[in-house]
Amino acid sequence: MAGKANHDYHILEPDIWPLVGSISALTFTSGLVLRLYPDVFGASAGIVMWAGLAGLIATFFMWFKNIVVEAERGDHTPVVQLHMRYGMILFIASEVMFFVGWFWSFFDFALFPTALEFDPATGATTSLFGTEGAIATFIPEGMEVLDPFALPLLNTLILLCSGTTVTWAHHALIHGDRDGLKQGLWATIALGVLFSCIQAYEYAAAPFGFGGNTYSSAFYMATGFHGFHVLVGTIFLAVCLFRAYKGHFTPRQHFGFEAAAWYWHFVDVVWLFLFVAVYVWGGWGAEFH
Amino acid sequence: MATTAEGFDIHHDHGHDAHDHADHKPGFFARWFMSTNHKDIGTMYLIFAIIAGIVGGAISGIMRVELAEPGIQYLQWWAQFMGGANDVNTALHMWNVFITAHGLIMVFFMVMPAMIGGFGNWFVPLMIGAPDMAFPRMNNVSFWLTVAGFFSLLFSLFVPGGTGPGAGTGWTVYAPLSTTGSVGPAVDFAIFSLHLSGAGSILGATNFITTIFNMRAPGMTLHKMPLFVWSVLVTAFLLLLALPVLAAAITMLLTDRNFGTTFFTPAGGGDPVLYQHLFWFFGHPEVYIMILPGFGMISQIIATFSKKPVFGYLGMAYAMVAIGVVGFIVWAHHMYTVGLDVNTKMYFTAATMVIAVPTGVKIFSWIATMWGGSLSFKSPMVWSMGFIFLFTVGGVTGVVLANGGIDDNLHDTYYVVAHFHYVLSMGAVFSMFAGFYYWFPKMSGRMHSELLSHIHFWTFFVGVNVIFFPQHFLGMQGMPRRYPDYNVAYQFWHEVSTFGYYIMAGSMVFFFVNILYALVAGKKAEANPWGEGATTLEWTLPSPPPYHQFETLPVITDAHDYHDHRPVTA
Repeated sequence: MAGKANHDYHILEPDIWPLVGSISALTFTSGLVLRLYPDVFGASAGIVMWAGLAGLIATFFMWFKNIVVEAERGDHTPVVQLHMRYGMILFIASEVMFFVGWFWSFFDFALFPTALEFDPATGATTSLFGTEGAIATFIPEGMEVLDPFALPLLNTLILLCSGTTVTWAHHALIHGDRDGLKQGLWATIALGVLFSCIQAYEYAAAPFGFGGNTYSSAFYMATGFHGFHVLVGTIFLAVCLFRAYKGHFTPRQHFGFEAAAWYWHFVDVVWLFLFVAVYVWGGWGAEFH
Repeated sequence: MATTAEGFDIHHDHGHDAHDHADHKPGFFARWFMSTNHKDIGTMYLIFAIIAGIVGGAISGIMRVELAEPGIQYLQWWAQFMGGANDVNTALHMWNVFITAHGLIMVFFMVMPAMIGGFGNWFVPLMIGAPDMAFPRMNNVSFWLTVAGFFSLLFSLFVPGGTGPGAGTGWTVYAPLSTTGSVGPAVDFAIFSLHLSGAGSILGATNFITTIFNMRAPGMTLHKMPLFVWSVLVTAFLLLLALPVLAAAITMLLTDRNFGTTFFTPAGGGDPVLYQHLFWFFGHPEVYIMILPGFGMISQIIATFSKKPVFGYLGMAYAMVAIGVVGFIVWAHHMYTVGLDVNTKMYFTAATMVIAVPTGVKIFSWIATMWGGSLSFKSPMVWSMGFIFLFTVGGVTGVVLANGGIDDNLHDTYYVVAHFHYVLSMGAVFSMFAGFYYWFPKMSGRMHSELLSHIHFWTFFVGVNVIFFPQHFLGMQGMPRRYPDYNVAYQFWHEVSTFGYYIMAGSMVFFFVNILYALVAGKKAEANPWGEGATTLEWTLPSPPPYHQFETLPVITDAHDYHDHRPVTA
């Protein structure tokens, strides 16, 4: 298509996946609404959501496959690689602002609490607003929270450790040590999976359910979105491991790996903020489970 | 800023064969549904924005007709038409649905797609001498996600939203009206509409920033970049940093509505005012997102038709940067009446008024650009001058409303409605028409009629002023916004305002006739129809430009000289 282009930019052929992806995204979000209102749309209408999700997964798969194919074909000139660096940094910047929203609500609730009472037997929260002698505390009266220096501290160490193993993989890649690259990636992915498993166990064993009061809402949504990002980052690293086995990446050109590593460090840093703010500071003085 | 590409000659560089290659277009489906071409995607964005503008404008017509006299005239008919019950509550709900749909459509599906998606896509690569955007495929998904968002909003109109069909929350989607106040799937569809189009805009912002930083032609430093490109750069940063916060806020709405969280539910310790903070932390940068590309277009056009480089180029560029930065720390001036303490109101009053400084720099620099220039009053120029007049009116009422004390009285009155329509319906929209008439010959290769453009301008100018100027009076008298009915004392100015709507709507006929005329019978446009004042790179290309332009990158030499301004034509 590009004719006799005398420049290094990447002019692309027409591609169907942006359209498929957008239709799938609309199908997914609409299907989710259909699922939420079975009384309006019927009990089985929500099945549409899975079609949308399948389309989204297919789009992501094909889109990134095409990028990898183009990279291996040599389409990614130095300036195109620079584009991707900028794109990834900007994407992470927007992700940071997404977490700013969740931290904003967390600090709003923590700094300006209202008086709430939690019933551990039923898991229900009631407002003590207007009750004589009620004291406003962020953690509702009677609610236990997770001990930050038990499993959350372990998870912190796991993620920090995974930050070093991904750097190990990176240095091995730069120095042409393919075995070290694979070992470092395997270790990072294993630590990521371990983190997710521990987090799932924590959710299952937590002394409070999802929602009902502000602490629970802010806790589960902030750590939950972080957990989702850990899953995405783990998949990203797994793709890099797969590519490493396929012989992709050279010591000079391996932006796919670097982007995964950047993303992984971003996820790591968000966790550090969550650990310090939500688990340690947010639970300060409360009863631990 | 005028930058020149000396010695760049597209025909010479390409030869016949290469030109054929460059102009080889894919088949219809591949070209328009699988596009990776910034000009085609820009065209689709413009067509989409015009369609959305017709829908949004028709809804404002329904509202103005209803408001022409006191009492409820037509809302019950609309309630039944949309499949709702025939009672007064459903009728009043329809009013909320109309104001919501009008606001969301005009902001997210008309102004933003036209300015950033349309003109940004078309002219950022052309003005910086780039062959396309940095991420052509992602460019296309940005467009289709915007369309997907529009469909999600349309779906919301046909499903239950509480008191009747559709989402009746206002474009701000405030809790608790949007949570416990609106039972039913309509608001969820509206929330996902914002998620989808917001995701598209974030991807688009990433694309523009990368393109502008990395793909400027050799020799085009940041300080030689045309001001329109500067404006899109600042806008893209605002989008990138503001939209994710909205995404978080509306996700909280979604989980509050459906999954039992209590972010905005006081019974669980939550706070509806928190939603307002999160929303306006996005919402205030959003208003600059809607006007900054307009500033950029006006700067190009005023310079072109004054045959002078823009006055104070660097000041103009950094004024936009300043507006963008300060725009992030003034959000609570939308919330003066929620019970902020007086010190907070003082801070937000002061910070808000600071924005008048860089805005003033821009207004005065546009006037100084015209001062002593060789003015020609072509259609883009008259729209630009209309912009300067009317945006200044909106800016002045903005300074009034910036005062926390005065806003206690004027908050949520028609004064506010008049203010933001002066900066949007007249600021943003006038700049879009200016840009449209400026670049239409470049995009289509045809000249529009100057006569029809001028008639369009004068009738539109009269129409919108008759609509919105009386709304200042209504607001000062206490008429609240978002009400379908009112005391008979407000009738006169409401009648006048509705009459203005008819003028404005009639004026749009000239716009559409003009486009049709140009496409059917318009003269073929030269590479540069505007003469020596038009010095940016898009005018060095044929009209319309080849399918892939700049296959040999132009080299920007430092030929720019304020006293010896040389025209560049291919």
